[in-house]
Amino acid sequence: MRRPTDDSILTRGLLIAITIGFIGIFLLLPLLTVFTSALANGLQAALDALRDPDAISAIKLTLIVAAIAVPLNLVFGVCAAWLVSKYDFRGKSLLISLIDLPFSVSPVVSGLIYVLMFGLQGWLGPWLRDHDIRIIFALPGIVLATIFVTFPFIARELIPLMTDQGRDEEEAAVTLGASGLQTFLRVTLPNIKWALLYGVLLCNARAMGEFGAVSVVSGHIRGLTNTMPLHVEVLYNDYQYVGAFAVASLLALLALVTLTFKSLLEWRYADEIAATHRH
Amino acid sequence: MSLVVDSITKRFGRFAALKGASFTVPQGAFVALLGPSGSGKTTLLRILGGLEFPDDGAVRFADMNWLGVPARERRAGFVFQQYALFRHMTVAQNIAFGPSVRPRRERPSRKEIAHRVEELLHLVQLDGLGGRYPSQLSGGQRQRVALARALAIEPRMLLLDEPFGALDAKVRKDLRIWLRALQERLGITTIFVTHDQEEAFAIADLVAVMNAGVIEQYGTPQDLRRAPRTPFVAEFLEQTGSAPN
Ligand SMILES: Nc1ncnc2c1ncn2[C@@H]1O[C@H](COP(=O)(O)OP(=O)(O)OP(=O)(O)O)[C@@H](O)[C@H]1O
Ligand SMILES: [Mg+2]
Repeated sequence: MRRPTDDSILTRGLLIAITIGFIGIFLLLPLLTVFTSALANGLQAALDALRDPDAISAIKLTLIVAAIAVPLNLVFGVCAAWLVSKYDFRGKSLLISLIDLPFSVSPVVSGLIYVLMFGLQGWLGPWLRDHDIRIIFALPGIVLATIFVTFPFIARELIPLMTDQGRDEEEAAVTLGASGLQTFLRVTLPNIKWALLYGVLLCNARAMGEFGAVSVVSGHIRGLTNTMPLHVEVLYNDYQYVGAFAVASLLALLALVTLTFKSLLEWRYADEIAATHRH
Repeated sequence: MSLVVDSITKRFGRFAALKGASFTVPQGAFVALLGPSGSGKTTLLRILGGLEFPDDGAVRFADMNWLGVPARERRAGFVFQQYALFRHMTVAQNIAFGPSVRPRRERPSRKEIAHRVEELLHLVQLDGLGGRYPSQLSGGQRQRVALARALAIEPRMLLLDEPFGALDAKVRKDLRIWLRALQERLGITTIFVTHDQEEAFAIADLVAVMNAGVIEQYGTPQDLRRAPRTPFVAEFLEQTGSAPN
């Protein structure tokens, strides 16, 4: 006897097999390879590679870039999402597309934009040189490129949520006597805090991991303008596999920590997260 | 302390939502704004609450230029059609919101606010529910929380936008009797938006019938029933059933 559910059990089994197989081959296996390659010569060798001055400088630079880019994008992202979701104006859909631009543009192009603007042959190049300001092949360029690439993460996370929530609660707050700042701090922010935190996590993970755009503006100066992803490439091209994979492991760990943190948030605050959507 | 609405016009782009609406509300009266969907009721109410600004016309309240008073200083208790409760706050925190955002000099102490919240919970018959979140309440309970929250600011007027719109007929009827009794006791000038003729006539001292951005007729339920002044009013009252009650 065939039951109507037999079919779906078979289908379900197949779907599970495909999904797990896919995740295993394309996600877990490479991740495992990164860690095993880093530990190929033992833990000590991997740790030594991380203590190398160039590696330390790359880690520091990456942290500095993220520490500047993420807070700035936090502010930009909240402003943009606020504007798009709480106000009506002409050109709104154009603005939304612009926010998405970094997603659709190749990161290399994102980097080149800044070289074209601030590089020696660029529009502002001569002026910058005369005033002794270095942007390209220096920290400012790396920060700019990182901001550009990671701009959409927070705004994208907030816009659907804030649009869905509407402006009713803000209007209610105002009629109850709240100032603009009170309304933002006590009504808007609590309603978006989980999405905001999630956006910050994603933004940070990408800011630390960005390769393409940063590669164009950095100049690959060892110990100076190499971020962690660039340092990995340099080491790899030098056949220093253990070093390359040791630094790569750090980046992979960052991803794992981000994911764990996110899952923890979702698990711990599931009720609250559900409650911030329309009831 | 009467409220005078004088030739208010409001355009959204090229569309005129209000085309010169005028009426006067005596101090302490209960007025129903009655009209079909899209006639401009919400727009008019939002103008009175300071959430929208008219293109033309004037509003005077207690001899103040009401349009010159910012929304947050009007102390107009606004109850939204969808309640607009703060979803991340408990019922008690919702009600305490108004008093707790006052400037420090005028802000009551924590204890006073807590006491006031208890009083209001009792007033709207929600004793013991202060710790719940809005999502854990029924529609009628949310409705009363929204009202308690608006009352917590000691409002100078109450603006209610189809507050019973989402409720079933039985609850609607109970709540409107309760609301009217409460309003009479507190003596607050109240404007109540509805598109239900029966509800308007049952609850209000005065009814303003709106159509396409103008007030077609304004008077007591008896006046309206006895002498509809325009064909629209006659038809609107007839259509929605004007059985005397
Ligand atoms: N922000 C806005 N932008 C454009 N048009 C608007 C806006 N707000 C209201 N309108 C238009 O103004 C007219 C009156 O709207 P309003 O909300 O005041 O109607 P209403 O009488 O409250 O209707 P309902 O009974 O359906 O709530 C409608 O035609 C509506 O489409
Ligand atoms: Mg309306």
